[in-house]
Amino acid sequence: MKLKRFEEAVGFGILGLSAITVLLILCIIVFDITKKGAGAISWQFLVDFPREGMTQGGIFPAIIGTIFVTFITALFSIPLGVSAAIYLSEYAKEGRFTRFIRVSIRNLAGVPSIVYGLFGVALFVEGLRFGTSVLSSGLTLGLLTLPWIIATSEEAFKTVPQSYREGALALGATKWQSIRSNVLPSAFPGILTGGILGLSRAAGETAPILFTGVAFYLPRLPDSVFDQFMALPYHLYILSTQHHAIEQVRPLAYGTALVLIALVFMVNLTAIILRYRYRKKFSM
Amino acid sequence: MNLVRIKEKAIHFFFFTTGISAVIILLGIFLMLLIRGVQTFKDVPFFDFLLGIAWNPSAYGEPSYGILSMVVSTVMVTLGAIIIAVPLGIGTAGYIAEIASPKKRETLKPVIEILAGIPSVVMGFIGIVLVGPVIAKIFGLTSGLNALNGSILLAVMSLPTIISVSEDAIRAVPKDYNEASYALGASRWTTLIRVTLPACLSGIVASVMLGIGRAIGETMTVLMVTGNTPAMPHSFFDSVKTMTATIAIELGEVPYGTTHYYALFAVGAILFLTSFGVNLVAELVTVKHRRGRA
Repeated sequence: MKLKRFEEAVGFGILGLSAITVLLILCIIVFDITKKGAGAISWQFLVDFPREGMTQGGIFPAIIGTIFVTFITALFSIPLGVSAAIYLSEYAKEGRFTRFIRVSIRNLAGVPSIVYGLFGVALFVEGLRFGTSVLSSGLTLGLLTLPWIIATSEEAFKTVPQSYREGALALGATKWQSIRSNVLPSAFPGILTGGILGLSRAAGETAPILFTGVAFYLPRLPDSVFDQFMALPYHLYILSTQHHAIEQVRPLAYGTALVLIALVFMVNLTAIILRYRYRKKFSM
Repeated sequence: MNLVRIKEKAIHFFFFTTGISAVIILLGIFLMLLIRGVQTFKDVPFFDFLLGIAWNPSAYGEPSYGILSMVVSTVMVTLGAIIIAVPLGIGTAGYIAEIASPKKRETLKPVIEILAGIPSVVMGFIGIVLVGPVIAKIFGLTSGLNALNGSILLAVMSLPTIISVSEDAIRAVPKDYNEASYALGASRWTTLIRVTLPACLSGIVASVMLGIGRAIGETMTVLMVTGNTPAMPHSFFDSVKTMTATIAIELGEVPYGTTHYYALFAVGAILFLTSFGVNLVAELVTVKHRRGRA
């Protein structure tokens, strides 16, 4: 009996230790980047162009480029993804074909990001002749984000109580009217949370934009969707591996990494707060 | 009335077309890779491509297009990552699902979400500035950019997938299984190992498959930390160049329409098929599991 209890203590101890290790990994990553990156961060760093062959100055064009491309991504993936989710949750009948669609979505989510890059080159850059541009990159990232948007939106639609739909239908509303007036507004916070998280992942991606539009260095901001652009993750990649004076620009690389990490934190925090409010509303 | 019905039909049709978009995109990606990849074999015999050790497309006179070295590199880095991530991931999932108080659970879940949200370049950066020097110091190497470094970081990156999918699987085990076990006098630990774990094993297998899929396809992190030497690796301390890294490095440099250009799409096709296969196994395991339950 004592042996059993000892075994249980050791077993639970090991499980607890695994959880602590995971927590520690995140702490080490965040601590190292914050400690060494904080020195580089200043207002100047955020609003200045890179200068002196990117050994001085800031990351302003990379921030603007990332915002611009993420905007295109959102414009493409959110309407399409939410519509697809509406089909799956409101219209589709469960069966072989619907299951096939769901399997495709999950498989799409597992396609390596560099393969999306290849597809972006073939379809947008060469096929549709958008060239290496904000548009090509934004659409490529949109394809990559699509399965995520569909999955999280469908989750949001599923949490809307069935009575909301039935209530509208009983009053003589058509299916679409019931979706538009009752289902969509109730699912909106859930869709928003999923969308924000999905877009923040897209904003942090590098492989899909490598050949579809991102530039090493540009002396000016992109002024149309057919321009090339600079992006935060690619900028960090360059500063840490491709620059001619890697040791010299290390502080700038740390600063860029910190901005990226801070972005992830803020986005997750927003999502958590939204989810919390949402849950409270529905438990009433 | 008729007009309303037509409008409803049109709306239904609109949502149907968006609904099948994922199928069309998946098919589109596959066809594009196939059509472009196949062009390689006009110049390179299929088995030389698949089983050749040397990848040297820019060699003067006789370029070689063997992908075996990069396939072995990818497999090695992935295997290392899974060896590290599986015990850690399943252990953490077990802790969150079975031991942690609700409060601890609520703090650990965002931690895992944030870990999942860290961009791959930031992970690569960590590999260069943090993991690399530590590896070099411990093992007395001149550079810490090698397969081991890649494995460690890919392990961290596949952890969130393994943890969340395993945790869901553990939680999905019906409570009466546990209660029956307690009623027979079993302890919580015995119940977890002998009852819960076997009951959700397929879900855990699925989580590991998804973790493998994530590791195989990861690009930027391995590109930044594994050193990228295009040769057959002999140990985890060798610098390796994986399939994803090869595409990322070389696609920007090759002229459109050359054999080298198409060969990179062929590598992409193999990556696609591998991840497709891995996901499908995860899918089948889960479906079989659900049937077994019902």
